[in-house]
Amino acid sequence: MNVALRITRAMLRYRLLVIAVYAATLAATAAQLLLPKFLGSAIDKLSQATGENGLDEGAILTIAIWLVVLSVLRGVFSYGQTYLGESISQRVAYDLRNVFYDKVQNQSFSFHDRHHTGNLMSRAVTDVENVRFFIFMGLLRAPFFLIQFVAVAVILLLLDWRLGLLSVLLMPIVISLSLRMRAQMRALWQRIQEQMADLSTVLQENLTGVRVIRAFGAEKHEEAKFDVVNREVAAVNVRATGLRTQSIAVTVFGFMVTMVAIIGYGGFLVIRGEMTPGELAQFIFFMQILMMPVRMVGWIINTVARGLAAGQRMYEILDAPSAVTQKPGAADIGRVRGRVRFESVSFGYGQRSRALSDIDLDVQPGQVVALMGAPGSGKSTLVGLIPRFYDVSSGRVTIDGTGIREASLHSLRRNIGIVQQDIFLFSATLGENIAYGRMDATIQEVEKAATLARLGDFIGGLEAGLATPVAERGASLSGGQRQRVAIARTLLLDPPLLILDDSTSSVDTETEEHLQRALETVMEGRTTFVIAHRLSTVHRADLIVVLDNGRIVERGNHAELLAANGAYKRIYDLQLRPRDRASSVGAPGGQGARGPKTGPVPGHPAPGGPVPGSRAEESSPPDGLGDGIEPGKLGGAPA
Amino acid sequence: MMSGWMMGGSTGAQRDEEVFGSVYDPRVVRRMLGYIKPYRKELTIAVLAMFVFTATITAVPWIIKIAIDDFIAVGNLAGLWWVVGAFMGIAIINWAANYVQQIAMERVGQGLLYGLRRDMFAHLQKQSVSFFDRTEAGRLISRVIGDVGQMQEMTSIVVMTLADFVSLVFIVGAVLALDLRLGLISMATLPVLAVVVIVWQPFAKREFLKVRRAISIVNADLNENMSGVRVVQAMNRQEANLSRFEGRNRDHLRSNLVAGRLSAGLLPSVDILTGVAMGLVVFFGSRMVSGGAIEVGALIAYVLYIQRFFDPVRSLTMQYTQLQRSMTSGARIFDLLDAAPAMVDAPGAPALPPIKGRVEFKNVGFSYNPGVDVLTGVSFIAQPGETVAVVGPSGAGKTTMVSLLSRFADVEEGRGGIKVDGYDLRDVTRASLVTQMSMVLQEPFLFSGSVRDNIKFNHPDVSDEQMVKAADAVGAHDFISKLPDGYDTEVAELGVNLSLGQRQLVSFARAIVSEPRILILDEATASVDSETELKIQRALGVVLQGRTAIVIAHRLSTVRDADRILVMDGGCLVEEGDHDTLLAADERYAQLHRANRLLEG
Repeated sequence: MNVALRITRAMLRYRLLVIAVYAATLAATAAQLLLPKFLGSAIDKLSQATGENGLDEGAILTIAIWLVVLSVLRGVFSYGQTYLGESISQRVAYDLRNVFYDKVQNQSFSFHDRHHTGNLMSRAVTDVENVRFFIFMGLLRAPFFLIQFVAVAVILLLLDWRLGLLSVLLMPIVISLSLRMRAQMRALWQRIQEQMADLSTVLQENLTGVRVIRAFGAEKHEEAKFDVVNREVAAVNVRATGLRTQSIAVTVFGFMVTMVAIIGYGGFLVIRGEMTPGELAQFIFFMQILMMPVRMVGWIINTVARGLAAGQRMYEILDAPSAVTQKPGAADIGRVRGRVRFESVSFGYGQRSRALSDIDLDVQPGQVVALMGAPGSGKSTLVGLIPRFYDVSSGRVTIDGTGIREASLHSLRRNIGIVQQDIFLFSATLGENIAYGRMDATIQEVEKAATLARLGDFIGGLEAGLATPVAERGASLSGGQRQRVAIARTLLLDPPLLILDDSTSSVDTETEEHLQRALETVMEGRTTFVIAHRLSTVHRADLIVVLDNGRIVERGNHAELLAANGAYKRIYDLQLRPRDRASSVGAPGGQGARGPKTGPVPGHPAPGGPVPGSRAEESSPPDGLGDGIEPGKLGGAPA
Repeated sequence: MMSGWMMGGSTGAQRDEEVFGSVYDPRVVRRMLGYIKPYRKELTIAVLAMFVFTATITAVPWIIKIAIDDFIAVGNLAGLWWVVGAFMGIAIINWAANYVQQIAMERVGQGLLYGLRRDMFAHLQKQSVSFFDRTEAGRLISRVIGDVGQMQEMTSIVVMTLADFVSLVFIVGAVLALDLRLGLISMATLPVLAVVVIVWQPFAKREFLKVRRAISIVNADLNENMSGVRVVQAMNRQEANLSRFEGRNRDHLRSNLVAGRLSAGLLPSVDILTGVAMGLVVFFGSRMVSGGAIEVGALIAYVLYIQRFFDPVRSLTMQYTQLQRSMTSGARIFDLLDAAPAMVDAPGAPALPPIKGRVEFKNVGFSYNPGVDVLTGVSFIAQPGETVAVVGPSGAGKTTMVSLLSRFADVEEGRGGIKVDGYDLRDVTRASLVTQMSMVLQEPFLFSGSVRDNIKFNHPDVSDEQMVKAADAVGAHDFISKLPDGYDTEVAELGVNLSLGQRQLVSFARAIVSEPRILILDEATASVDSETELKIQRALGVVLQGRTAIVIAHRLSTVRDADRILVMDGGCLVEEGDHDTLLAADERYAQLHRANRLLEG
């Protein structure tokens, strides 16, 4: 449906207010249009008074009183017009924001993968505001500028058609000029937008890449890069103003010329006696009134164009079909036991590449499944299918034998706890963050969850304890602490199914131990899908699934997969396997039981060429270095 | 349920709005004038043109008066044509002045914005890295882009306001010159209006501020809900969140309606006062006309002038919030510009000559917050060409230590010192130091641009041969030459054409392309896939060769080959030696080694 029509419909929710606005505007306009009439008749009275009759002071007083009364009426009505207009447009914006919020928060993950928060924010903030302005100016105000103009034109033409024609001629010229200017402006605006985007990119990268820039001393280089775009932005803006100014200056000029014509031709008519001085005065006063709508034309055209474009963008989001929807009559599945089956599941983002192909999996309640594979192999997508963050393209996923699409989204997700790799905390207190999924939790429950997640000491050490506010996105907490908050908040949900990403990249040995215990606590008695990065997790798993390019390439337990000598074995050797042979046989003390040296120790040059460790000879040839290091790094890997 | 541990409705966004709300902040205006200075010529032109423009506009009613009283009323047609000609001339001058004024003013305005952006950007380059850890990038971007954008609005408003004011002065002059008595009568309502505005202003200030606070709460909620949408859905919070949002949205609507009543109230008062003034002028003016004191044309001129009396007030009501907003933005901009730059070279500091690469830490202590030491008494020496590995639990101060070497922050006086080839870091220029060093960080960071731009980075003078040699040394040349445009392939969109591992390889090439004497690796392989890790391990031999290298490693197995291992804990250097020595000592390193193995095994 047409955007303007849809916005109008959204506005018509407030029908009565709209009628009131139109009535008030009409009344205000009428009052305003009567002013020149009275002024004109005062002038005529004065001109007649110069003859033998004296000035009719009573009549003048009446006129003066009328002027005041009309102005008061106009003031009152224009108050109603402005306030009610504001009120309607704000109410519609309020409605739109609510709808937008709800729509977006219920959209599938693939939607959010495509739309960045910044992009969505600009639609919710700027576009809604532009639509609001379109309602205020375009729908509530502009019609009356038109009425005002037509009324003035009719009055003037009736007064004297020749002079009237001369006066209203200006309007069509201004409008056509404005339209033409707009077409040129659009291209320039586009340029400005692009330049601003470039500026933001340079800035954004400068801020996020600050460590690199500092480490390389590249500040001047960056300043120069920024300066180029910065200059360009300024230059394009000046050019745009040049164009805009042309149109403004032309409008004012056209207005002046019209005034000149009125004085010249009108004066001529008065001298010839074909027009009274009062009528000429009326023309002058009406022109003054006309100035407003004429000046506004360009602005209104802009507001409308911008508002419609904004509306288009906004409705794009509001109309976007959600990839994940609840079937009508979907049932509450209650608390599940936790058997999860993938039956020849495939998934692809849109039309292009498959992210997952032919996945078959049967996981018994309480089992731990470790998912392994290179980044981008489909691990996160696979687990994302269970809570229906994405919907399968073909095949199906069942829990306890029920297809997950038969379950209500709410009841399905209530059964699943998720600890994501990128922990998101809300700007609220620590306690609120832990109770995020269960707002009815008692403080005792929250405390218990925190303790189980090994947050007890940390929270105990805080002055405000659970009431400590978490700064934006948890910036005030360390990586390990955030992860444990996420674990606590999942524990509080007590879900029979668990999905976790045990990424350790930001956590090191000691914290890791802490975290490991917390993770083990949370996994107890739940069907768990874990995106594994740690050997200990993999060891524990009942089933290890190795993904490559969206397909399961291997499955089994640790021992089986090692024996299979396939993809798992490769990952194991590279990533998981203890580098020290001694450790794999479990000998304590390590030192004595070490296998072949992993390269020469400094001061003990090994045969076979220098190795990165040894810097005794700075000028040693680089040849063979790669070979020299390899056996060391893969130290003792069974051939 | 509202327990003690709940914060209720507030969000972080409020902090940004503070208590600003004035439409005139002398501090902001004074600082802005400094930025306008270089454009004095344009400004002078703009102001002159503005005077001409205003004067010609003000002249219109006067000309009409002359035309009517001196020519039309007496039937002098030939004279009327002269007036018409003069009027036409004024219209043309007006047009030209208008044009010149706008363009010149835009030049000044854009110059101001350009200067602000340039200085903010340059200022950010002087901030310490910890400043960026504390301050979210989004917030800084909204300073440099958003707040500066608000200043653009401000310049045009200031000019319009100025023009309004000048025209008010001209009009007052004109009505008094036409006839002193009627002039005073026509201005009788001005004091009333002044009172109205003075009463109105504090209310407006308060209410408009409330609106902005309310909308920032609404937007913060929106923003958070979108960024955290994955958690929101996982935790089934949609309903609760929507109703909370609706509440905030409604608060915003309410405060908007209150503010709407206020802003809608001022214009009608202007209309009414205009009407009263008109009534007065018509009544008294008519008597003066019939008494012969003035003529009809003058009366018409008065009516025209009166309608323009109140233009400044009209603009004020329309631009009030905008002006408030701009002042707040201005204050925020200058707050940022006033944040003390952390990294400033000592006055007259010499450049560091080409170095060999001897690094010496002598009793170095450091703290980000006073009283909380991150490093205490760290001393060690790395000889040119040595590889020194640094291990220890998180929070041990490893990254801080290498950050100090790169002068991400400076060691305070009296807390020890760091020397490179015998030069204290604080005594030489930072640029001359860091251009002889390189660093590879845990997360590869590439800039938009081509692979070539990224490898050469701030050494654009490096030859293509050197670039290819560097890429080849780290094992990146193969995949780069297979890219669609080879070294000219754009890396703009994250993950589109380069994998994380490939990005890290490019970072490695960038680090060695300028042949730095000192190389720092901060967990450089922690976030890459196993295949890349293997490649990097292979390349390390070439990369580390012939340079002093400080390597922070998470995996103990990767540090074993170092010439020396530094074990850090709680900000202190607790052990130092090679792998075997340290294991034999059976202290901290041996413990870490066992813990690591336990976990991996």
